[in-house]
Amino acid sequence: MPKDGGIGASSKRREDVRFLTGAGNYTDDMNMWGQAHVFFLRSDVAHGTLTNVDTSAAAEMPGVVQIFTGADFEEVGSIPCGWQVTDKHGEPMQEPRHPVLAHGKVRHVGEPIAAVVAETLEQARDAAEAISVDIDELPAVVNMKEAVQDGAPKVHDDLTSNLCYDWGFVEENKDAVNKAFDEAAHVTTLELVNNRLVANPMEPRVAIGDYSRAGDEHTLYTTSQNPHVIRLLMGAFVLGIPEHKLRVVSPDVGGGFGTKIFHYQEEAFCTFAAKACNRPVKWTSSRTEAFMSDAHGRDHVTKIELALDADNNFTALRTDTYANMGAYLSTFAPSVPTWLHGTLMAGNYKTPLIYVNVKAVFTNTVPVDAYRGAGRPEASFQLERLVDKAAHELEVDPIALRRQNFITEFPYATPVAVEYDTGDYNATMDKLEEMADLSGFDARRKASEAKGRLRGFGVNCYIEACGIAPSNLVGQLGARAGLYESATVRVNATGGLVVMTGSHSHGQGHETSFAQVVADMIGIDEGMVEIVHGDTSKVPMGMGTYGSRSLAVGGSAMVRATEKIIAKAKKIAAHLMEASEADIELKDGAFSVAGTDKSVAWGDVTLAAYVPHNYPLEDVEPGLEETAFYDPSNFTYPSGAYACEVELDPDTGEVKIERFLAADDFGNVVNPMIVTGQVHGGLAQGIGQALLENCAYDSDGQLLSGSYMDYAMPRASDLPFYEVDHSCQTPCTHNPLGVKGCGEAGAIGSPPAVVNAVLDAMRSGGKDVGHIDMPVTPARVWAAMNG
Amino acid sequence: MYNFDVERPQSIADAVQALSREDAQPLSGGQTLIPTLKARLAAPSVLVSLGDVDEMKGVCMSDGGQLCIGGATTHATVAAEAAAHYPALASLAARIGDPAVRNRGTIGGSVANNDPSACYPAGVLGSGATVVTNAREIAADDYFQGMFTTALEEGEIVTEVKFPIPQAAHYEKFLQPASRFPLVAAFVARFSDGVRVAITGASNDGVFRWSEAEAALASNFSASALDGLSVDSTDMISDLHGTAEYRAHLIGVMTKRAVAAIG
Repeated sequence: MPKDGGIGASSKRREDVRFLTGAGNYTDDMNMWGQAHVFFLRSDVAHGTLTNVDTSAAAEMPGVVQIFTGADFEEVGSIPCGWQVTDKHGEPMQEPRHPVLAHGKVRHVGEPIAAVVAETLEQARDAAEAISVDIDELPAVVNMKEAVQDGAPKVHDDLTSNLCYDWGFVEENKDAVNKAFDEAAHVTTLELVNNRLVANPMEPRVAIGDYSRAGDEHTLYTTSQNPHVIRLLMGAFVLGIPEHKLRVVSPDVGGGFGTKIFHYQEEAFCTFAAKACNRPVKWTSSRTEAFMSDAHGRDHVTKIELALDADNNFTALRTDTYANMGAYLSTFAPSVPTWLHGTLMAGNYKTPLIYVNVKAVFTNTVPVDAYRGAGRPEASFQLERLVDKAAHELEVDPIALRRQNFITEFPYATPVAVEYDTGDYNATMDKLEEMADLSGFDARRKASEAKGRLRGFGVNCYIEACGIAPSNLVGQLGARAGLYESATVRVNATGGLVVMTGSHSHGQGHETSFAQVVADMIGIDEGMVEIVHGDTSKVPMGMGTYGSRSLAVGGSAMVRATEKIIAKAKKIAAHLMEASEADIELKDGAFSVAGTDKSVAWGDVTLAAYVPHNYPLEDVEPGLEETAFYDPSNFTYPSGAYACEVELDPDTGEVKIERFLAADDFGNVVNPMIVTGQVHGGLAQGIGQALLENCAYDSDGQLLSGSYMDYAMPRASDLPFYEVDHSCQTPCTHNPLGVKGCGEAGAIGSPPAVVNAVLDAMRSGGKDVGHIDMPVTPARVWAAMNG
Repeated sequence: MYNFDVERPQSIADAVQALSREDAQPLSGGQTLIPTLKARLAAPSVLVSLGDVDEMKGVCMSDGGQLCIGGATTHATVAAEAAAHYPALASLAARIGDPAVRNRGTIGGSVANNDPSACYPAGVLGSGATVVTNAREIAADDYFQGMFTTALEEGEIVTEVKFPIPQAAHYEKFLQPASRFPLVAAFVARFSDGVRVAITGASNDGVFRWSEAEAALASNFSASALDGLSVDSTDMISDLHGTAEYRAHLIGVMTKRAVAAIG
């Protein structure tokens, strides 16, 4: 019997009422009295020396308030990077200055050169066209392996090369890993590309700077996944505004997928210009600008090798990856190919020896940073493609080879520095096999072949690490931020609650699922709990939402704060009933004295807290409001097994996904409907990466896929009806809810299954090509089939 | 976009008059023109909307048995109203873009623009239709002159397209995954006196007739008649979505499928 409220209930998403009826309050919906509009003049060349930027004619254009260039920001800080990676020699990464507006050089197509503030956007745009820009074009570096060759053009003249860092993990294991390869009975090798993606949230980025002369107070309204992080980075490092004079508001945000984590130049510009112009300054990204200014995702080129003994046990793994940073270091870019990628290379397997090498490279392209999964999809893709390739080389069943090498005992310390607390990889694989109807596959394949199509089945496992933590560990790894979360629970006199969470919801449904947790703990109706987020003036310092961390970390902070509320409320209840505090029980929203029929309602206690006439004033303060900060002791480790069945048209190379199955272990689940929705969305993005999406540059650094005419987003008709299960649940052992996180799983777990299925279909047509790169477009499949 | 004036003439004569203004540009659906204006890639002084010219709208059969479609007729209207007369053409119209495109875009706009990946040019050329303008009638074989190039003179408007009705026809298209324009599409029409095959999406020269296939199909109207025929890839489009060789290959596949669909 499904629950109708509280933890475990598929409560309808309360926020959807406003989203679906046009009542949402997105940043672009906000307009300030007296606001001016900004248009950024962006570079149309990938690499060049800025010899002259002449704004004199433009400044005379109608409606122009003020025009800014890089020279105006010389005294302003660099856009900071939030993570410093140490290379394999113990040296810090190379970290270039990242100006708000280009100065001296332009380094990628789309980099802002000048900004025009005008009465209207069209006037700003007209004036921008009147700015005279002289650029001496330089050769662009786009290909990562070419970029690290001696003599390659340098993206940053003041750095020694285009190599940001050369990271070895774990460096001490390297010799032992190489020895294991020398002694291996079989070695499988795979070279692959993890294609560059553009996140494409439905809502483009928006920033509005507002400044009050009265109190010397700045406000930034922005489409951010973590307003406090923006306040800290922009305030402290770029503009030098103390946090008590800077408020950052992220209202309703229409999707983030990682690309709205980062602090962008446009935010700093609008905040700066609002004071300089003494009026609000608003910028709304066009979709064209989004393609060339939102941080991109993925873009790895990898060689990976697996060593096996004569019994097909995995004995060692080594990888050699080039990771594209783009032209500048976006906020968390250095952490993605290292600590979010190298640490996941054990996957679901007990491979005893692992060595990961990552070379992060600067190129004349848009900065690359975290995108749904961030490092973990790259890890899972290469590993699960490799294991599949090994199975075919060894002529063993791919599922059996995986099962043979599964980690089965927990906790399990991997050779890449993390400890999995719980998991049951055979359970999710059992569930997947049950859903997959493998025995019926031959008949389905024959039916496809009767239509002239090839049918393929592909499977993969995944493990991810969510809720990146604890803060003291990530500090040692180079994070320049803490990774705790905060919550304040404010109980009103009449019993309703407001929870101010440091997490941020940009589509995840926190307003519903977080309310379910608190309501369940107290035993009251969910409607009595309101969730507030996204405003640094209301919410205690929090770290925001990314890395599937919100329920595991933010939810845990909320639980801790609610526990404090309940503890205090019990003291008040004990006083009201003249009983011992130890005898007070809370159930279904009422406090009772154990073993008696004495009872007071939740509302009686909350009223007493604020109207403390009959109250233990000598022992307990009035009021009912508590704050908690929660810093997890470990990551959480969701895992699962996915399968894909495709039909392939050998005449055209077209691939159609017939079935997609996902068996996930997310630990405990608060709202199964929302979890299913999160998996669906993740799968769409994973399948999009596998079949459709490709951010491509030409050798001059021009963006070839700069609009939806050339960048293929997945549409409903590209996707099957998913079969999703999350009944396998091994609760997390170290957070109070036993939850693991579900936001990224679909995007992490699905690409290898798709590609494995396509290769299986091709093999059934007599063509074994070993590997095919994503996106697996019809043109690529046809070329591979006929190569 | 830049500022411009808008004129909304009620008749072809008034439209022609309005288009005589300097830097005037006709607007007939705007599914290409409006995005171009928004990107500031065009700067007409005046947009002459053909949307109010009633004499350029509608679908009817002529006494001579031709399907006549007014230049300002939307794809959605053609999809609905041509179905009884020329199902293959109605089906082509029904599969252009998405509903929003089909409710704004017009046949005259598409044929005048002659995008190398548009659907209508294949239907017009494959049917051997006649493009009627305010000044003259132009046979499809003379009308399409290369990528975004037609026989239209400055200020000349496509007022109508007249289609002979073939015995049978079919439009088979393979979608470019991002834009969902044809990556390659074939329009095959069988007439009592021959077969016409028009290919869109593939060539750097825009829509073209595959004459070898037409000859082979004229003597043996079956997919197998195309076995062994191939298109030279030299002039084919090569881009992110497919090489010239791939497009040349797809021409054969799409044509065979169109023939097979006709039966």
